Amino acid sequence: MIQISHQDVLHLAQLSSLQLADEEVELLASDIEHILGYVEQLSELDTTGVEPTYQVVDLQNVWRDDIVQHSTVTRDDLLALAPDSANHQIKVPKVM
Amino acid sequence: MTPISFYTSRSARENVLDALKKAKMNESYHAFLSINEEQALARADEIDNNKSKGKLSGVPFVIKDNFLTPVGATTAASHMLEGFYAPVTATAVARLEAEGAICIGRANLDAFAHGGSTENSAFGPTNNAHDKTRVAGGSSGGSAVVVALDIVPFALGTDTGGSIRQPASFNGVVGVKPTYGMVSRYGVVAMASSTDVIGVLANSVDTATIVLDIMGGQDENDATTLPSYFEPLIGDAPKRRVGVVKEFMSEDVDPDVRSITENYIEQLKRNGHTVEEVSLPLAKYALAVYYIVVPAEVSSNLGRYDGIRYGSRADAQTLAKTYGLSRDKGFETENKRRIMIGSYVLSSGYFDAYYLQAQKVRTLLINDFNALFESYDVLVGPVAPTPAFKLGENTADPIKMYLADIMTVPASLAGLPALSVPAGTTSAGLPVGVQLIGPRRSDATLLALAREAEQ
Repeated sequence: MIQISHQDVLHLAQLSSLQLADEEVELLASDIEHILGYVEQLSELDTTGVEPTYQVVDLQNVWRDDIVQHSTVTRDDLLALAPDSANHQIKVPKVM
Repeated sequence: MTPISFYTSRSARENVLDALKKAKMNESYHAFLSINEEQALARADEIDNNKSKGKLSGVPFVIKDNFLTPVGATTAASHMLEGFYAPVTATAVARLEAEGAICIGRANLDAFAHGGSTENSAFGPTNNAHDKTRVAGGSSGGSAVVVALDIVPFALGTDTGGSIRQPASFNGVVGVKPTYGMVSRYGVVAMASSTDVIGVLANSVDTATIVLDIMGGQDENDATTLPSYFEPLIGDAPKRRVGVVKEFMSEDVDPDVRSITENYIEQLKRNGHTVEEVSLPLAKYALAVYYIVVPAEVSSNLGRYDGIRYGSRADAQTLAKTYGLSRDKGFETENKRRIMIGSYVLSSGYFDAYYLQAQKVRTLLINDFNALFESYDVLVGPVAPTPAFKLGENTADPIKMYLADIMTVPASLAGLPALSVPAGTTSAGLPVGVQLIGPRRSDATLLALAREAEQ
């Protein structure tokens, strides 16, 4: 049976870019443990030599002509969606 | 059940005013997240003044609030996208509007379509149309309820693992999840791209058929769309070979649900179809496959919500903290569970045991289906193991909530068309739907069979 510790949850939260509140961590640890415990049943099945399925359409390499298509969406439309922008650029907090 | 011809024979304005009135009368169900009164009436006048009429001229409809259009905020029932006004229109919506249909509002859902009860909405749950103490089902709960309350003849939904079929069953409406690739997903909030499908919740099989016929077909903005193949079948349905999936009729299934399904099967026999019991042995593993594959895809699809380019941004000193806090505040608990499970099954050291194994079992499940479809045209069974459950009944236990999807996820993993049709009501007066599943591209066959049984 898989055990998910407080530390494991914090690690997963970091991988997922989630800054969890302390009270969320305990609850998520037990939920994640139960869910992983449930899905573990797949290990019963022998899948030697079976190819994985990543997609179910038989389409492959759908091409289109290499012609620039002009969108009806403008730069200003997109910039207007950003929570913060200046001088036609999206503003973000300090990176370093 | 109001046919489309009733709407197209009246003025668009009359239709829209009626729908808006009914929406207001039924406000307490909390089926809507927003209503576009002004824009819908303006469009109605435009349509009434236009001489050329489309197939859905003046017909009001509702979209699940994960379809992008510039009218009204597309929230996906999340705080993350509260106040997000999309600069584009989803292809499915654009095609319906081109035929004269009028979107009157946006329906509630589980945030980002993660859930089976609409209780994961950041803005509160939707009540079941037949019993307000029960869930609407989900994730397209609001869409099912607006159709069940006869506010509109149809509403759009999305189905990743049962999100159209299960609420359709819980509210007594028709719910169609077409073949994966039939309807363009351009302009719809992505959840799990290998199983996400756009479909319809409707007041009848005929309404659903008309809507699918308009929405289907290739779209250069969605490379997974299939060349148009859908041709509605007119007249008597040919005799079909029907398989009853015995794994879906076990003791674990509610006795009322089983007996309603059995009655439906008897009806199919009386209509002259051949019915036999069949086995889908891998069905019992499908839910485990689903809850690995889908969280994996969710964790990557929801990576885009970082509070930078759009969506809500939390105040923080550094960029990393801005991401972390924006995501913590913007997502509901179920979103976080799925993102983190996804991160787990995709991380090195666990990838082979979880993700790869799940995708291999998925192949085995598809092989099972393919083998059955050599001898059968259609598979039948219940949609969900129970009728609508009580609000709050399953919220404390995610696994219990996931089990509501156990009979809908197999078709999703295989990309098969599947629909839910009302088949009866329980002794407590709750509607129960029956599920029909067919081989890929057999959407029209399923609809014809369902239509025959509806009469």
